[in-house]
Amino acid sequence: MKDISISINKVDNEDKCSGKAKYVADYKLEGMLYAFTVRSQIAKGEILKIEYPELPNGYYVVDYKDVPGKNIVKVIYEDMPVFTTGKITYLYEPISLIIGPEKQVLNDLLKQVKITYKEEEPVFEWTDSVVHYHFDKGLGEKAFQGLEKVEYDYKTSYQEQAYIETQGFIGYPEKDKVTLLGSIQCPYYVKNAVVQALGEKEDNVRVIQATVGGAFGGKEEYPSLIGCQLAVAVKKIKKPIQLIFEREEDMLVTTKRHPSRVHFEGYVLDNKIHGLKAVVGIDGGANIGLSGVVLSRALIACTGAYKIDNLDISGDVFRTNTVPNGAFRGFGAPQMFFAVEMFFEHVAKKLGIDPLEFKLNHLAKQNDFTSTMGIFRDPVLMPEMITKVIETSDYLNKRKEYEKSEFKGVGMSLFFHGCGFTGSGEQNHIKAKVKLKKDKDKVYILIAAVDMGQGVKTSFRKLVSHILEIDIERVIFDNPDTDFVPDSGPTVASRTMMIVGGIVARAAKEMKDRFDEESFVVEKQYVQPEYIKYDEATFKGDAYPAYSWGVNVVEVEVDKDTYQVSIKKTWSVYDIGKAIDERIVMGQADGGLAQGLAYGYLEVMEHKQGKIMQKNMTDYIIPTAMDMCPMETYLFDNPYAFGPYGAKGVGELSLIGGAPAVAMAIEQAIKRRVFKIPVTPEYIMELINNGEN
Amino acid sequence: MAKIKFKLNGEIKELDTDPSRRLLDVLRDDFNLTGPKEGCGEGECGACAVLMNKEIVNSCSVPLANVLNKEIITIEGFSKTKRYQVIKDSFAKAGGVQCGFCTPGMIIATESLLNKNPHPNEFEIKIGLSGNLCRCTGYNLIIEAVKLAAEAGEGLW
Repeated sequence: MKDISISINKVDNEDKCSGKAKYVADYKLEGMLYAFTVRSQIAKGEILKIEYPELPNGYYVVDYKDVPGKNIVKVIYEDMPVFTTGKITYLYEPISLIIGPEKQVLNDLLKQVKITYKEEEPVFEWTDSVVHYHFDKGLGEKAFQGLEKVEYDYKTSYQEQAYIETQGFIGYPEKDKVTLLGSIQCPYYVKNAVVQALGEKEDNVRVIQATVGGAFGGKEEYPSLIGCQLAVAVKKIKKPIQLIFEREEDMLVTTKRHPSRVHFEGYVLDNKIHGLKAVVGIDGGANIGLSGVVLSRALIACTGAYKIDNLDISGDVFRTNTVPNGAFRGFGAPQMFFAVEMFFEHVAKKLGIDPLEFKLNHLAKQNDFTSTMGIFRDPVLMPEMITKVIETSDYLNKRKEYEKSEFKGVGMSLFFHGCGFTGSGEQNHIKAKVKLKKDKDKVYILIAAVDMGQGVKTSFRKLVSHILEIDIERVIFDNPDTDFVPDSGPTVASRTMMIVGGIVARAAKEMKDRFDEESFVVEKQYVQPEYIKYDEATFKGDAYPAYSWGVNVVEVEVDKDTYQVSIKKTWSVYDIGKAIDERIVMGQADGGLAQGLAYGYLEVMEHKQGKIMQKNMTDYIIPTAMDMCPMETYLFDNPYAFGPYGAKGVGELSLIGGAPAVAMAIEQAIKRRVFKIPVTPEYIMELINNGEN
Repeated sequence: MAKIKFKLNGEIKELDTDPSRRLLDVLRDDFNLTGPKEGCGEGECGACAVLMNKEIVNSCSVPLANVLNKEIITIEGFSKTKRYQVIKDSFAKAGGVQCGFCTPGMIIATESLLNKNPHPNEFEIKIGLSGNLCRCTGYNLIIEAVKLAAEAGEGLW
């Protein structure tokens, strides 16, 4: 049989190229109304009075009073109202929807809404800790006594997902049901949230995925908010309604990557870090939501790809009166890997040792303890991967040469990503179920996984057809519809192929044994590998079932007059277990790295007094074709026993190493230490004037 | 209101409508041509790209008045051509399609480029695609697709 990694044409190429693929905005329902959102114009306070203009016939206002169930959006931590009852916690917080048939009329009505507030002083400083975690490893801080202390601080900014298709839904009534069709990553997150907000029976809420025009985490939890709002409106008005954000609204109000601050203290003896203290803060924005989980992934990654025996790690989520932050590809790991990679670089320089040699001396190996006293159970191929990247990039010679030249640099990042949910999340919270249905000569994959561009429609059909040894055309995988597919969990956390694919593969193997039966269904549920034992309260045990690993080398030039950074080339090696389709994985590798690099030097987003200053694609610069450089990528097979054909997580890994690698390359080019991203020309100028080498 | 006559995907159309309407809305709402997408609404992202007299334009930034007596080809029209087949196959081969939201615009940009320059070098390809944003691929696979199309479509452009 052919190696599963050998690429096939993606099954959705034809529809996507020809413009036939239907995204949510491409659906038009008979008599469809439009919904516009009334938003607060202050960052903190209380609404005293709202005066709506007189509404023409056929126009409606929907607010918290219309929420029949619980006025709280169901996410991991429930603290976000569907519509505010009067308390304002961030600028542009949703207050109500105005709904009607004409967009122009709605626009005019929106402008006439008068709101009187009692304003309060908003909080933008990181003082209000709403989540605090702490854990030790080894002797904790007791081990630090008598050792040389080296300390540095690191900062990261916002990053916007900038999916090219903005957020949106169409909602419509179907008899007793409210049905939502949307651009979403997690059909069951939306369904469960709507069930709670409507106080309805599960059967009366249906969620269908439209073709998704990019998501990157941005369509993980945010759609639950607007899905609930729209469902409340459909329930009240009983007509089809479209709620789709324009770009400016999307950029101003949707969740972003958490800004972070990391303080590291390394305790050193004989050129080795024996103890590490980390104090980590992330800006949660106005709601906690997923922030605690983002923080815990960041904290667990505190030692980077290295082994450090004694840890004292703490972190806080701070609540501020700013737009809530949330999921974005990497989920806390990009922030921490930037900090820890720079820290290792800086400690090595301080000790007068070659940073690569210093890093290699600390590299984690198979059977080493993780930061949480779990075990890296599978082979760690990093030494071979580093050798490969050095050979292909000529890293050592370039590194030496650019030490002597100006405005040229090369940087190398080493990193991993814990695959799947942190800890026992799969077992305790998600409990993924899948179904495979055979109906005569066709096999249907019934799962809730969303193809948002990462290719799951192709890779899952390929996986099943490969196991069943049938033509891929006989395997059907439609966009998930909660009326037909079981809850296989959200499309997040680099879990889809490893976890859901693992269950689907088990189901397919069982189906194969019974394949002579004409029509039947195989159902399977997630079974946690027995070795996974994790205590969320103490951060002890195996936080992840498996790890994907990566190495990036990035070469840059900095313009000596404008300080503009241009990336000349990148070299990458990844261990993702086994590629289910090599071309798809290469696409993920390129795209993730592009986002990671841009996070490191290009993408600037900030708020002033709670207002996001970059509100469109002109202000918020993402890479264009002109910014990109050649990318050379290699995959190392390292099959994981519980992944289908050995597959581990892919989606997030390739984003993680980009920012530290580009920052280190710039650091070498300008001979100044870099402590924050993005490394903009303004920051480079500041460093050249005042920075230390 | 004004009467506006133009050629759309090979057929003459005449509309009696507000000439300040965006071409994108007219294509999507009046003709149900949903291949051109709205990504930003201000001419930055290229998801709404169409061909106007064979040149790429962002249909979100073109008032209908400017279309008078012009020829507009959307992805729906272009997808019936041989050139499209070559470009589509090249995108598939290179892995240039992920979420697909930018793809019709990227294909229009490719056609517009190859029409002017059948043998573009890498730098010219990057310039040709620079008005179209893609957040999924990092562009290299799309650049590769354009190279493949230029080779495979020898003689078509």
